[in-house]
Amino acid sequence: MSDQNSHDHDHVPSTFEDEPVANPGLPAHTWRPTDVDAKAEKRAERQVAAMFGLSMVCAVLFLVSYFVFDVGDQWDTVGGLGASNVALGVFLGGALLFIGIGVIQWARKLMGDHEMVEYRHPAKSSDEDREATLAALSAGLEESGIGRRPLVRNSLLGAVGILGLPAIVMLRDLGPLPGDKLEHTLWRKGMRIVRDVVGTPIKVSDLEIGDLVNAEPEILFATDAEGEPVLEGVEVQIAKSKCAVIVHRMEPDDIVSEQTLNWSVDGIVAYSKICTHVGCPISLNERTTHHLLCPCHQSTFDLTDSGKVIFGPAGHALPQLPMAVDDEGYLIAQSDFTEPVGPSYWERDPQ
Amino acid sequence: MRLLNRSAGRLSRHRRGPLAGFVVLLLGLLMTGTLYAAFAPAQAQQGESDADQAAKGRELFLVGCAFCHGQNGEGVKTQNGNQIGPSLVGVGAAAVDFQVGTGRMPMAQPGAQAPRKKPVYTDEEIAQLAAYVASLGPGPSIPTSEDYSIEGLSASEREEAITRGGQIFLTNCTACHNFEGSGGAMPRGGYAPKIRGVEPKYIYEAMLTGPQAMDNFSNGNLSPEEKRDVIAYLGSLEEAPGYGGFGLGGLGPVSEGLFAWLVGLGSLVGFAVWIAAHTTRSQKKKVEA
Repeated sequence: MSDQNSHDHDHVPSTFEDEPVANPGLPAHTWRPTDVDAKAEKRAERQVAAMFGLSMVCAVLFLVSYFVFDVGDQWDTVGGLGASNVALGVFLGGALLFIGIGVIQWARKLMGDHEMVEYRHPAKSSDEDREATLAALSAGLEESGIGRRPLVRNSLLGAVGILGLPAIVMLRDLGPLPGDKLEHTLWRKGMRIVRDVVGTPIKVSDLEIGDLVNAEPEILFATDAEGEPVLEGVEVQIAKSKCAVIVHRMEPDDIVSEQTLNWSVDGIVAYSKICTHVGCPISLNERTTHHLLCPCHQSTFDLTDSGKVIFGPAGHALPQLPMAVDDEGYLIAQSDFTEPVGPSYWERDPQ
Repeated sequence: MRLLNRSAGRLSRHRRGPLAGFVVLLLGLLMTGTLYAAFAPAQAQQGESDADQAAKGRELFLVGCAFCHGQNGEGVKTQNGNQIGPSLVGVGAAAVDFQVGTGRMPMAQPGAQAPRKKPVYTDEEIAQLAAYVASLGPGPSIPTSEDYSIEGLSASEREEAITRGGQIFLTNCTACHNFEGSGGAMPRGGYAPKIRGVEPKYIYEAMLTGPQAMDNFSNGNLSPEEKRDVIAYLGSLEEAPGYGGFGLGGLGPVSEGLFAWLVGLGSLVGFAVWIAAHTTRSQKKKVEA
């Protein structure tokens, strides 16, 4: 059989004289109706043109619906869906689809469909071309004298090398180094814990057993003497992403670890809301087990036991916020978190 | 003038009649009674005292609930310390109305989840059970429509309530119940149920009492107005059109990706196969020019 595939150096099949069975070759070409019938050919031509025409209509309707349908406060709707999005999608899709269908129809019905055999040629250049190229290259090297003139060669290497320095120095503009920012949040001794969104402080007596509050530090909602917010814009976003805590009240007897007990108030515990795996916000708490689950990768933390990881890929226990009560009975922080919140990073002390 | 005069005369005659005072008194009493009946707040127990209700509720409780929750609602523990049914002291009428009213209790079988099903008890029986359990210890009572309805607010107040409710919902509820309330999976085979299309009363009661493994959102945690706003936001989701097209259950990238890969790419592959498989051929030979 290997003989059948061997070709001579002109890549044309050799004659298979020793073949036991004669090569039958390709079957005779059968024609399509459009090849033999002028009417069918015309019809196919019209079909292709109609497809392209429909595509044009769709494109125009796309533009029309872009300007006609209202978006914003008063959405136009069609069958419970936003009319603008539906119309834009349908018409742009139609415009593309009809071009595609037209091209396919054209290729299937009208373009030639004779079977062809084409043999593959080697990618390699001919031996003469290869020799000529090598000769030209070595002649160039010889004439430039790069081997004979080390001063020119070395100074060129130096110039190209130094050119890298501006690029490296420019990296400085990516921003100051983070320093110890990752290890600290805005929580301070005595800062009140307030409800997220509404910003109201939390009284111990407000919470029943089983309550879960999504909370933030008071400073996020604080205003200065002129009534302007203390933190604004991106600062708020950064602070929110690091300071968010969940406050959960359980039976004091349910608490297992000594540290959790010391940092709790009447069975109320506060933990960072940021998962220590890759930093998803977590508040899927089971009241019955006090297990806190991360929806991203199912890391599960035990809120009764210093936030210990009991399942999943998280590498560190969930940081607990040391908590106390102020004179008016509101929950406050005893201090900042005693360890960095959020996912691990390599400068972090191994635990 | 004569007509007017005559009627004026007759009126004044009646006024002076011996029965006039009595008739006025009767009319006044009748009107007061009618107005009171029309405007007085509806009584939860019509003609039945709380004690009667609770007594009837106890009868029902002993038959339907006591096996798991104990004969006095004190809860039953298994030998290894797990709960069969938790104590019902202090869970309040709201918890009963939610659990029994949505058919979650009595449970068909013990398991990770108490699914919503057709209620077993009638509304009257649920009220009796609620009265009995409420008598075991102080707890949240059944909310009324004023607690969870925004009907009484002006248009701008409603809009504000829905916006605030949305923020509270996205902060407190989406973790388990999904960003548009479609529900989600929880550990060990449980799930947070879908809360779209659930009656406002039951949503309010669920927040108030923390059914099964759900956390409480007591009035000290989310104020009654904040709970009302969350319900208003969920209601507004029902009315909002699907701006982006079909929601595919509102489950996010999983259902959307599945649809794109299976239906979208699948139909493209099918179309390509169909194109390659169909070509009509003619029996005729082309006459070469």
